[in-house]
Amino acid sequence: MPVSGPSIRLKNISRHYGNVCAVDGVSLDIAAGSMVALVGLSGSGKSTLLKMMNRLVEPDGGEIIIGADPVDSVDPHILRRRIGYVFQNIGLFPHMTIARNIAIGLELAGETEGRRERIAELLELVELPQEMASRMPDQLSGGQQQRVGVARALATRPGLMLMDEPFGALDPVTRDSLTDQYKALHQRLGLTTIIVTHDMAEALYLADRILVMEAGRIRADATPAELVSGNVGEEAEALVAIPRAQAAHLIALGNKS
Amino acid sequence: MNEAWQQALSRVPELLAAHVQISVSALALAMLICLPLAIWAARSPRVAAVTLTIASLIQTIPGLALLALFYPLLLGVSALIGGGISAFGFLPALLALTLYALLPILRNAVTGLTGVDPAAQEAADGLGMTGSQKLYYVEAPLAAPTIMAGIRTAAVWTIGAATLSTTVGQPSLGDLIFAGLQTQNWTLVLAGCLFSAALAISVDLLLGLIERGIRERRRIWAWAGLAMIAAGLLVATLPLMIARDNIVVIGAKGFSEQYILARLIGSRLEEAGYAVRYRDGLGSAVVYQALSEGDVDVYVDYSGTIWTNQMQRSDNLPKAEMLEAIAQWSSHSHGVKMLGALGFENTYAFAVRPEDARAKSLRTLDDLARVSSDFNFGTDVEFLERPEWQMVRDAYPIRFKNARSFSPTFMYPALVSGEVDVISAFSSDGRIAANGLVVLADPKGAVPSYEAILLLAPARAGDQKFVAAINPLIDAITVDNMREANYMVDREGDKKTPRQAARWLNEKLRE
Ligand SMILES: Nc1ncnc2c1ncn2[C@@H]1O[C@H](COP(=O)(O)OP(=O)(O)O)[C@@H](O)[C@H]1O
Ligand SMILES: [Mg+2]
Repeated sequence: MPVSGPSIRLKNISRHYGNVCAVDGVSLDIAAGSMVALVGLSGSGKSTLLKMMNRLVEPDGGEIIIGADPVDSVDPHILRRRIGYVFQNIGLFPHMTIARNIAIGLELAGETEGRRERIAELLELVELPQEMASRMPDQLSGGQQQRVGVARALATRPGLMLMDEPFGALDPVTRDSLTDQYKALHQRLGLTTIIVTHDMAEALYLADRILVMEAGRIRADATPAELVSGNVGEEAEALVAIPRAQAAHLIALGNKS
Repeated sequence: MNEAWQQALSRVPELLAAHVQISVSALALAMLICLPLAIWAARSPRVAAVTLTIASLIQTIPGLALLALFYPLLLGVSALIGGGISAFGFLPALLALTLYALLPILRNAVTGLTGVDPAAQEAADGLGMTGSQKLYYVEAPLAAPTIMAGIRTAAVWTIGAATLSTTVGQPSLGDLIFAGLQTQNWTLVLAGCLFSAALAISVDLLLGLIERGIRERRRIWAWAGLAMIAAGLLVATLPLMIARDNIVVIGAKGFSEQYILARLIGSRLEEAGYAVRYRDGLGSAVVYQALSEGDVDVYVDYSGTIWTNQMQRSDNLPKAEMLEAIAQWSSHSHGVKMLGALGFENTYAFAVRPEDARAKSLRTLDDLARVSSDFNFGTDVEFLERPEWQMVRDAYPIRFKNARSFSPTFMYPALVSGEVDVISAFSSDGRIAANGLVVLADPKGAVPSYEAILLLAPARAGDQKFVAAINPLIDAITVDNMREANYMVDREGDKKTPRQAARWLNEKLRE
């Protein structure tokens, strides 16, 4: 598996909003090529932590280093062009065709060569039919739109993907297939991915490392296997309890029939 | 088609062109100001609050007042920088209309830009767009329909308000409306209204097409609308592009006598081979200034007006000496040439009903003073503020029971019907004789003389052919003939146009 994604190091990162401490002195090392899930209740600071990595939010204190460079060593827009960003509300540009939406990053970077081929390649990558290229966003289903969102983020071949509840608004079936496909993509392209989710089952399935946040801090840091086996703290246990109970229920149902 | 319509329509192309020119210029300038301002305001709520408040405040000033305010303002600025700015015509109209167009454009642009879907904005940031790329790729296109709707509103307002620019000497379709209102020529009023409404509606429809094209992302519509507007602009302003060197501009204030005399002067100049244009309905204060700066070539004023308004004199001289003093003063201070007096006077004349004159033996202003505490005074809109009224009150102890202002059209009926008992009429007004009114004498000579005088712009003073064409008007018009001509235009039935009355008056010139 080729690794193209960078490693990430957070040193004592904080961010306040007035009196609210959204992120409270987080230090973290993320290995290149890993898939890290950030889980936690709503308001626990997951989005804030994620957005500080591409400087959509500026930290009050601390340092973030991606690969070898501190994030504030370049202008924010230059930094962001090297990082893929996918979020729950998708944010496709409604006045642009799907093709243009996908290629907008290339347009910003001034890459004119082979744009058409790249669009075709990306559509294939996210498993969308080629004829979607000429459609407008509002002619696509929610799942199709988020596939475009992923394709758009991947267009400039970033090594790092930041995903904020990317499949949170989709129906379970669509969501499952997208999760599956993204996991494959992540591995094939050797990306570093940080994905925010409030769904522990998704995190357990997808990630090779799970960070549990609460009130701006990381309360648990474990592999899925460690989490499921317990012994990683109450917060994590509470979150794991739900998918575990569901699974148990399903198994019980299966045994009955 | 009757003559009134023909006459009205013959002026439409030129006025429509000027109307389009001023409206489009004002709209373009307003967009130039508002769009950058809106971009700034969309990023700073404080800027948005301040600019929108200012724009709304401007909007509360009546259009006519806004235009009127720019005249002294520009005069002041011009004086401050040592001249060179024309306070007349295009510039004040442009500035006032631009200010008027600010609010809808600014408000919609700010609404449009701040209303862009936050998800699209977050995506734009996340993709690494710079501020200007975000504006270009995302914010501007998404706000465009709303911005366009604001421009559309502003366009309709501006085209409507542009009719008022007539009052500061900028030609527009308002020329027809104002002239028509003054002379009660409803055909003119109707023509002015119809064409400005038609202009507003067509521009609204075309901008609406563009707006829809943008909103529904059908480029073809937007381009079609744009192309049609461009074509319309070209056709409408064509009359302005035809070379028009050496066109004589004849000024007239806003009443019938002025319209008639302007046509009389114009017809003689046309016979002498000049191309002429009329600037009707100019304010008293504006027209002399315009003449001295060459925006108007010739017009008729009244000695007392120059004496009190321009020269700021409050004393009184015998007629001949006053004319001499005015000729000297205007020549020295502005290079304006007073060609001479036309031979009749149009002064303020206090007129009463004949039965009152008889019953109360009213013959002079002294007699009026005696009964004034029982009398209601009807007057035009400006007389009570004019120095002449002060002069009359200084000379005669007149204290009226109350005073009411009328437009000249309604002042005479008000006296005849007994709503008021005495009016400040104009001595050359045909309605005095027509209603059998009695004019009271001024034995103390309190009211200065108001000889009609012909004034020429500095550039025309030495133009021999020009002077020769209109010199025969000097001392050639009797007050009776002027009254008769005025009455033809002012009366209710069998109305004549100012041009027809001028033709009649030309036949009656005294050798
Ligand atoms: N732009 C903001 N302004 C003020 N408070 C904010 C802002 N963004 C987040 N917060 C606050 O910071 C805390 C963490 O928010 P967030 O990072 O969005 O949490 P999560 O993504 O885990 O739901 C919350 O209390 C939230 O209200
Ligand atoms: Mg969040």
